[in-house]
Amino acid sequence: MPKTKLAGMEIEIDEDGFIQEPDKWSKEVAEDLAKEESSVHPMSEDHWRLVNYIRDYYIKFGVAPPVRMLCKQNKFELKYVYEMFPKGPAAGACKVAGLPKPTGCV
Amino acid sequence: MEDKTPMVDELEKGPWPSYVKELKRAAKKHDSVKDLIKVQERSFQRKMTQWKHGGIVGVKGYGGGVIGRYVQNPEEFPNVAAFHTMRVNHPSGWFYDTKALRTICDIWDKHGSGMTNFHGSTGDIILLGCTTEELQPTFDELSEHGFDLGGSGSDLRSPTACVGPGRCEWACFDTLGLIYDITKTYQMELHRPPYPYKTKIKASGCPNDCVAAIARSDFSLIGTWRDNLRIDQNAVKEYADKKFDIQRLVVAKCPTEAIELVKGKLELTHPEDCVRCMHCINLMPKAIRPGVDTGATILVGAKAPIIHGAVLSTVLIPFIKVQPPYTEIKQLWEKIMEWWDENGKTRERLAELIDRMGMPAFLKAIDVEPCPQMVNTPRANPYFFWG
Repeated sequence: MPKTKLAGMEIEIDEDGFIQEPDKWSKEVAEDLAKEESSVHPMSEDHWRLVNYIRDYYIKFGVAPPVRMLCKQNKFELKYVYEMFPKGPAAGACKVAGLPKPTGCV
Repeated sequence: MEDKTPMVDELEKGPWPSYVKELKRAAKKHDSVKDLIKVQERSFQRKMTQWKHGGIVGVKGYGGGVIGRYVQNPEEFPNVAAFHTMRVNHPSGWFYDTKALRTICDIWDKHGSGMTNFHGSTGDIILLGCTTEELQPTFDELSEHGFDLGGSGSDLRSPTACVGPGRCEWACFDTLGLIYDITKTYQMELHRPPYPYKTKIKASGCPNDCVAAIARSDFSLIGTWRDNLRIDQNAVKEYADKKFDIQRLVVAKCPTEAIELVKGKLELTHPEDCVRCMHCINLMPKAIRPGVDTGATILVGAKAPIIHGAVLSTVLIPFIKVQPPYTEIKQLWEKIMEWWDENGKTRERLAELIDRMGMPAFLKAIDVEPCPQMVNTPRANPYFFWG
């Protein structure tokens, strides 16, 4: 697995840039991931609201939240989520939130 | 790994076209294809895929359209370390001019492996083999030339239509116009996956169902007619004069015995029994045509197996006129999506949700009255003995 430098630490990531060492996740790591992956810097209040929501959901249920729930509970339009994270909720927001890669479907 | 690929080479033998021959031709131009052939040899040796599961890559602003592919041993096969698939939305009915095809091929030769799949089972143009760095430039150049990505993941997949009135005299509605309109209307749902799982819309102009809407789409529109078959008796006579056995090949094969030969004339003696199977029309296209009061039947819930087995769609609306701006059809689809999105579990298709929650709950939610045509399998109750 390749390594990258985030928040001054060497962290293992997969091919798609998802961190492989969840224990090393911190707010600083999230800021760096957002900058590297989505050219977002600094993260706004809404960025953090979304990232924290995704993290809390994941810690509680062990999976990423469904897109509909994510939008509804945060009162975000899906379009706005893509404006914040141009790669979308999975490849953008979940990555910044330090989640493992969501299992997608072709 | 040595360059010999004896097992893959076997597929070059025989009189039929060989994709291995084509791969070897492409390998002269693209190193990635050289490695691809070696990866395939390895997969034959080990009897398992040499690609990793999944991958999340994409282009800016889109959540679908690209499927991530990574090889299991990138050190051994560096030229296919990342070998992503791009789906490009096809035009309705797959009509292109050669200039459009050349444009796609040139863009793909420049940015990717040059390998395509025209078309994938999704209906899209499939561009096979792109590195992560080249995804955005490929998309940008495709966009400049008027192309867009298709669907993937939990979104509305690229809507698909048969050639319809573009080439087929049996088209009972304008499949091309409808699917073009739907594609344009639901760009958000197509590019930014919002749903529990994938969902598909397909339109076939007649019951021959050339795009297999009844077997593959959650929302199918299949052309039909409300009046009766049109029969040209002069043309029937021509068939008979050419020793075409109408009685054996057409009349005897009518599944509901709706059509008969009466004194040399082919007559629809039981029009109420005609089930629009298309058999007589397919066999005697010069003599028999669909009626003139045409439209479509809307069916829901087809899918290939994942959670449950494969399911064919069932009738929801027996007949609807299909005319621009298609408001009624789009409103119905939106209501169905709303119910599915609100109630569906992850990876649960519409058919499975209807099965779990029941047809009455579904009909109530979308505000459609039950009708006899919705009965999936008549007389299926094993505790009742029909006379």
